Amino acid sequence: MSRHVAMLRVGPIAFRVGSAWKGPTDALRRLYAGYPVPAVPDFTVRLEPQKRWRRWIAPSVAIRGDYQFVGAAPLSLAHGLLAAEMGMNLQMALGLRRYLLLHASAVERDGRAVIMTGHSGAGKSTLAALLSERGWRFLGDEFVLVDLVTGQLRPFPRAVSLKNEAAAVMRAEGAGDRLLFSLDDTPKGRITYLRPDDAAIARMDETARPALILFPRFGDAQAVRLVGPAEVFVRLTQASTNYVTLGEPGFDALSALVRDLPARAIDYPDGDSAVALVERLWAELAR
Amino acid sequence: MTSATILVRALRDPASATALDAAGWTALLTVARAESLIGTLAHRLADIPLPPAVSPTLADARASAETVGRQALWEAEMARRALAPLGVPVILLKGTAFAAAGLDPSIGRSIGDLDILVPREAIDQVESALKAAGWEWVKDDAYDDAYYRRWMHELPPLIHKDRDRMIDVHHTILPMTARQTPDAGALVSASIALPDGLRILAPADMIVHAACHLFADGDLAGGLRNLWDVDRLLRQFGNDPGFWSTLAERAALHEMERSVHLAMRLSAHLYGTPILQGAPRLTLFERLIVRRIQARDGWGRAPHPFTRLGFYIRSHWLRMPPTMLARHLWTKLRKR
Amino acid sequence: MLWRADPPRARRLVALDGLSLIYHRPSGMTHVVAPPMPEILDALGEGPADVADIVSRLAARFDIADPADAEAVVSARLAELAERGLVFAA
Repeated sequence: MSRHVAMLRVGPIAFRVGSAWKGPTDALRRLYAGYPVPAVPDFTVRLEPQKRWRRWIAPSVAIRGDYQFVGAAPLSLAHGLLAAEMGMNLQMALGLRRYLLLHASAVERDGRAVIMTGHSGAGKSTLAALLSERGWRFLGDEFVLVDLVTGQLRPFPRAVSLKNEAAAVMRAEGAGDRLLFSLDDTPKGRITYLRPDDAAIARMDETARPALILFPRFGDAQAVRLVGPAEVFVRLTQASTNYVTLGEPGFDALSALVRDLPARAIDYPDGDSAVALVERLWAELAR
Repeated sequence: MTSATILVRALRDPASATALDAAGWTALLTVARAESLIGTLAHRLADIPLPPAVSPTLADARASAETVGRQALWEAEMARRALAPLGVPVILLKGTAFAAAGLDPSIGRSIGDLDILVPREAIDQVESALKAAGWEWVKDDAYDDAYYRRWMHELPPLIHKDRDRMIDVHHTILPMTARQTPDAGALVSASIALPDGLRILAPADMIVHAACHLFADGDLAGGLRNLWDVDRLLRQFGNDPGFWSTLAERAALHEMERSVHLAMRLSAHLYGTPILQGAPRLTLFERLIVRRIQARDGWGRAPHPFTRLGFYIRSHWLRMPPTMLARHLWTKLRKR
Repeated sequence: MLWRADPPRARRLVALDGLSLIYHRPSGMTHVVAPPMPEILDALGEGPADVADIVSRLAARFDIADPADAEAVVSARLAELAERGLVFAA
């Protein structure tokens, strides 16, 4: 089976993505143009036909690789880029142990970072993308990597997948030239990929010290609630796919993170009030 | 498609890995992961100078193996606590046994479910005690359950409701329908106690069990790892003067001479195990097995399903009389 | 019935706003517990004990609000600790 290949390093992690079709790897190379190209990957993703004959007839893309879910539903070739992105996420979620991994977004200013975490769809990705247009450096929207020894965050700037409304917001912010691919009819509706800005890419190896944890929730009247450390700890273990496998180093890193950082749950009705809330809490709480 | 030779060579001769280029390392790491041998490989390469892109991955693999070992031993301890009041011998098998006894195959090894062997007459009490301690059936499928209880060498799989880990409770090491009949009573009476009261098989019986697995048990998936276990065990016990004759006796007792002989020859061919007969010239059949066992490409893919199905049928043939084979496969296919 | 716990060095404890995080080294599991769980584990650090002995060991160090109730509370907590693997029958 002929293989099209894309190699890319995002922050400290190097990926090799092989595809039986040209489309997905071409899209990856365009979306991540300028990212470092590694010689030896940390993880391999394979996009393959679900069955051999599905390579040409009603192409059906199965996501496989070093780590995979047996029996996962395949995607159509039109969603090949989504398959590649999901494949990379799966390797991180199931295979990463070099850092404590949190499902969260993060942005940085003056060497310090805000970590934003919560349920899928609560708004952490959109908020991170928006803050990146308002003077913050984008560190990542899907995964936050915490160094097990130093507690510093390693940036992991992958493309941000945005739903319709969020894509419109980013276009209004002037980021339209970085909205590169749109996929219709995905399980999440229409999604558009936003390429990180040049600063995020150029500075992807610059770490940041976490200074504030937020649990953002879009859609309600503005509100701020203090979240106690024990609750933060439990919520972060739920937001981590590798806390358990890391064992004691994970316990050390997470308990240190939680003990030292202020945490707030914030509700907001729109992007501007979210940004205002973040700026206010940052000024008040971040040390 | 025989890329796994790169893995066999690196395991057998770690220094040879220094000659690998980026593409070679990429293939080696991918294949090692696919064969569940990356932890083992990482330990074999621990003293070799490594390219900077590679050492973090191998360090991760060693750390993962340590986590896996800890979790496996904890499952064994929880089973011990649940079963101790029964006073029956509980014998650890495979990866967990190697880890509990600190045997060479345990170094860097990946471990799956907890496998234990108990006397057949105790199987009902063991089942009750485990359920009382929070284990429950994985599947409710009635056909598989009846088939399992009557013909298989183990209970249907149990999973712990809180920890989400499986336990396989065996009462012998081959299904009752297999042509060979190992002596389960002899396995139990020769077993060795560990300090915490759990037990492991006697060394020669461990090798017989590994040989069962390799060939009688399945489609050779995991064959490279199984043979690595055999190689490590033979090297560890082989210096003991009485060992080889004991191994021959036990293999005969358990009616597994052909499988044990085959496992030794394959291990010597692949990993250079010093066996009494010296490095063997392989038969055609053995060469086909060696090819099949090493069939991985540099992306970690195994050969295409038709070949696998051929071995699946063969493994069931070894286990069951032909009329039963047809009925069982038909039911399995219908359910798919 | 005699209860035992692993020695204190088998656990790491971090106190956070009234609760304790316990990392249990043999299992690799993390537990979030409230008093008197950590205190019961410490009491078992002196050696295996039955419920009555555990209560006396606790009484030696703490004021027990309702001594009549104490054995019932300790028994219930021990059952929970046993489910998590932190204590077991000696």
